[in-house]
Amino acid sequence: MTTPGPGQGAAPAETQEARRGAFSSRKVFILAAIGSAVGLGNIWRFPYVAYENGGGAFVIPYLVALLTAGLPFLFLDYALGHKHRGSAPLSLARESRKAEPLGWWQVGICFVIAVYYAVIIAYSLRYTFFSIDKAWGDDPEGYFFGDFLQANDPGVTLDVVPGVLVPLLLVWALVLVIMWLGVQKGIGATSVVFIPLLVLAFGALVVRSLFLPGAADGLDALFSPDWGALTDASVWAAAYGQIFFSLSIGFGIMITYASYVGRRTDMTGSGLVVGFANSGFELLAGIGVFAALGFMAQAGGVAVDEVVSNGIGLAFIAFPTIISEAAGGSLIGVLFFASLFIAGITSLISILEVVISAVRDRFDLGRTTAVLAVGIPATVVSVLLFSTTSGLTVLDIVDFFINRFGILLAAVVMMVVLAWGVRSLPSLAAHLNRHGSLKLGRVWMALVGVVAPLALGYVLLSEFLDTVETPYGGHPTWMLNVFGWGTAALVLVVGVVIAFTRRAPVTPAPVDDSEKEAGR
Amino acid sequence: MSTGAIVMMVLAMVILWGGLAVAIVSLNRRPDAEDTVDREHLHRDL
Repeated sequence: MTTPGPGQGAAPAETQEARRGAFSSRKVFILAAIGSAVGLGNIWRFPYVAYENGGGAFVIPYLVALLTAGLPFLFLDYALGHKHRGSAPLSLARESRKAEPLGWWQVGICFVIAVYYAVIIAYSLRYTFFSIDKAWGDDPEGYFFGDFLQANDPGVTLDVVPGVLVPLLLVWALVLVIMWLGVQKGIGATSVVFIPLLVLAFGALVVRSLFLPGAADGLDALFSPDWGALTDASVWAAAYGQIFFSLSIGFGIMITYASYVGRRTDMTGSGLVVGFANSGFELLAGIGVFAALGFMAQAGGVAVDEVVSNGIGLAFIAFPTIISEAAGGSLIGVLFFASLFIAGITSLISILEVVISAVRDRFDLGRTTAVLAVGIPATVVSVLLFSTTSGLTVLDIVDFFINRFGILLAAVVMMVVLAWGVRSLPSLAAHLNRHGSLKLGRVWMALVGVVAPLALGYVLLSEFLDTVETPYGGHPTWMLNVFGWGTAALVLVVGVVIAFTRRAPVTPAPVDDSEKEAGR
Repeated sequence: MSTGAIVMMVLAMVILWGGLAVAIVSLNRRPDAEDTVDREHLHRDL
């Protein structure tokens, strides 16, 4: 017999809550939310963005972006999930049926991100062990692209690389077990263990890096302020982009996590902790990474600006170089790559939970069935596309396009729809204000309805014009069209189709006594 | 390190890590609210 699910039938409120699962406490929710927000981008993107956009002066636009767009948007996500007690599509449908396609769009985006994000975690897992004996020898770049990835010329192949396949399967197995264990015993317990571990491991890495010769030069390069940068619109756009991509906002994660939190929890106070913890970790990462890059520059007898890099290049080429040259390099390597692995896992489970919770709500499935229904196709796609000799090229394209014309576009549309189409902001603010320590009012509505969409819309437009003008990364046009524009368009179309094929009516979210009293 | 770099580094630490500390202290002043749903039920997650 099938019990009616939260979105389909008229199950009692307690049954619905029990079936979905929940975090056991506010602390677990906060750790899970921090685990989602603190990901690979905090470690390998923020330091570079800060350095390239004014150095120490970047603190100002970064803080302004956090306060005027990051935190307000985070509260918007929290309000939707916490009020409507559902996955992203169900919460948005409960807010307004017209908004449901946005939720499915976000689910599609999360599925795409999950399939390639797992591969980077697999690289990190492998490199954690490579660090012990410095397997790359004296040519980290050649080792990464040649021996490890066996990367080929542009094009798509199905030639699987065993050295990537095996750790990738291990990552998927670990993540799917966590997802199967559920919200508290899986996601919550993992976060409670992994987040303190991440802080310890990365903290130890930072301390070691600070004692490397040349560390001060690296920090000087990162923090020396270029005040002229503050008059450059692209610097402000970079700050808003960094905050946006860093906080896990706008693609369903925080809506989903907020739906698992107790009804009387202080969501705005919790959001402040999550937002500042995320930014605080970015600062820690900046210090650790640039101290290490300062050492690398000094060891190579070059200026710091000649060794600065980000993303894959920073992690798998620059850091192995540092590890090879530094005293105690193996320890630095294990700490660095283990940190990437941990940060990646806690983010990946949050991305996957968006899809699993949506599938559960839509098709009325138990957790085990939903984990298999989502996990098996995700693993297959992940293996077929990204464990091959062409995997890194496809990953690079998909990541670039889905971030900009998936996440960012969906977020801007969501803010505009909720603020100006459905006009939800007053009721969402009232919901958070019921138990929140930070009261939201007209300022919050202006930030979510005007400032954040304008700022992020500017970032989006700039990226669009740049991408049209200069094809990304020198990749073949057909690959950009298929894996870039095609993927971004596909998730949008699939999202809209799924939303409009729903047949059952959307039941309202269960309400508790405090809400009933407030509604009188 | 130059004076400007030191000042900006300390400023960033004070604002971001100080902001985190203030947010945690402020949140802890409000005890975690009891839920209306039985905790054992919440953990079932079928």
